[in-house]
Amino acid sequence: MTQASISDTAIASRSAPPDARSGFRLPTHWLGVAPFFIFALMFLILPTLYLVVGAFQNDQGQYTLDNIRQLFIDKSIRDAYWVSIKISFWSATVGAFIGLAMAIAIVRGGLPAWVRSSTMTFSGVASNFAGVPLAFAFLATLGRLGLVTVLLRGIGIDIYALGFNVLTSWGLIIVYLFFQIPLMIVIITPAIDGLKREWGEAAATLGATTWQYWRMVVIPVLWPSFLGTVILLFANSFGAIATAYAFTGSSLNIVPIKLYAQIRGDVLHNPHLGYALAFGMIVVTGLANIFYIWFRTRSERWLK
Amino acid sequence: MKTSRFWAWLVFVVGAAYFFIPLIATFEFSLRMRRGVYSFDAYRVVLGDARFQETFAYSVTVAVFTILLGVFLVVPTAYWIRLRMPQLRPIVEFITLLPLVIPAIVIVFGYIRMYGSNSPLPFLGSARGTDALLVIGYATLALPYMYRAVDTGLRTIDVRTLTEAAQILGAGWTTIIARVILPNVLIAVLSGAFLTFAIVIGEFTLASLLNRPAFGPYLQNIGANRAYEPAALAVIAFAITWGCMSVIQILARFAPKSANRPN
Repeated sequence: MTQASISDTAIASRSAPPDARSGFRLPTHWLGVAPFFIFALMFLILPTLYLVVGAFQNDQGQYTLDNIRQLFIDKSIRDAYWVSIKISFWSATVGAFIGLAMAIAIVRGGLPAWVRSSTMTFSGVASNFAGVPLAFAFLATLGRLGLVTVLLRGIGIDIYALGFNVLTSWGLIIVYLFFQIPLMIVIITPAIDGLKREWGEAAATLGATTWQYWRMVVIPVLWPSFLGTVILLFANSFGAIATAYAFTGSSLNIVPIKLYAQIRGDVLHNPHLGYALAFGMIVVTGLANIFYIWFRTRSERWLK
Repeated sequence: MKTSRFWAWLVFVVGAAYFFIPLIATFEFSLRMRRGVYSFDAYRVVLGDARFQETFAYSVTVAVFTILLGVFLVVPTAYWIRLRMPQLRPIVEFITLLPLVIPAIVIVFGYIRMYGSNSPLPFLGSARGTDALLVIGYATLALPYMYRAVDTGLRTIDVRTLTEAAQILGAGWTTIIARVILPNVLIAVLSGAFLTFAIVIGEFTLASLLNRPAFGPYLQNIGANRAYEPAALAVIAFAITWGCMSVIQILARFAPKSANRPN
């Protein structure tokens, strides 16, 4: 009996030819996705790899770490990374806290429903309103002839005499908040919706104060999505160039503007150092995104 | 409760002020071109500028081609992944997210080095080729949004049953995708298309580095040389973004909410 069943399985496994023949048809299966993969390879992956490999080569095509080392040695490059990271960090964290406060206000603050829906609509628009026009808007607001500057001067406060200048990295942070805050609102609102009313009631039943409810329930639940979004905002502003370029021309020393100048006219006098500059940007945004995905998966279990 | 509502209003009003003051200031600034009185002169100058019309028309054309390329690329792929190769989904999703990781300026830098006029694929050797590369670059940038929009759309229809029904009636793959699947995810495709349009229309980095006469570089150029026109252009650009997002919201109302599976 055992014997028979073994030979049965043997026969069963041997009667495979039809399967094997259909294995020959497998490649046609792949035809459906081939255009996509060829496109991604040619216009996304290979161009990036080209720069990454170039970052580790010298003019003779030999492999070297000199270009990467140069990123840290060259003072102007090091400064550019530092300023870029600083701008991205502050615009991300300030934008995140303001965005979070506004999201909590519209979801939990007992405001009328139209406030929430109009804020969400506006956030969708403002988070996509970046680039050159955004720079114009802030020059018309806080520039030397901008409305706010003029109005403040009218009541005796000359912000430019007080040392304010919109064409600096702090000015740029204020400008970036215009798309950072809405992006935070758009992403974090579902997470705040995910805070179940029952949790608050359960905490109250157990005698928790409002502060305890926030400290032991709300913050631990929101923390991963909040931190994840902060990192996303960081990456979002790190790679942005159009606003900064329209704003200050090439005077502000940040990495994307430096890379822009390098692509335009090899200002570093070393093409491979340019590749290394690009590679450094990928490393920073890549790391940021890895952390983002990590926090995202941690936060998702609360949002079911 | 009363205090919490007070704080909520305060946060909301302060936040709203930050967003509305620049918009009001920009609008006010754009009206100041004629000395002493408010006028729409800046708008008249801008809209009458031949360069404005040329660059805007160019960018609209590029946006349309970008959307077409995106649809051709994304719809069959997302469909095929759902129908036959779900095991590839993580890989494809990862690839579609890459343009959010790799900054646009890095992608175009790679293009310039790889597709120069003496490379095997000399896109940059001719103006038409560069236009094509610009469209390709924009399609790459829009890939994350387009893919997610289409994939969400596909989730709401029963891809397998529709395909089998079409096959029984004798339809080939092109017919299935163009006449069965595409009409069913049209709303999703359109919202992806309008988002793509909003991204492409004023894009600066790619157009500028590829030296194409697009709207983004024109904006930058006006900004560097004029006083009141930039404000008018900013208002126009904001209106375009607003328009695109409104269309997406309206489309979302027509989109089916859940899968209409036969059970």
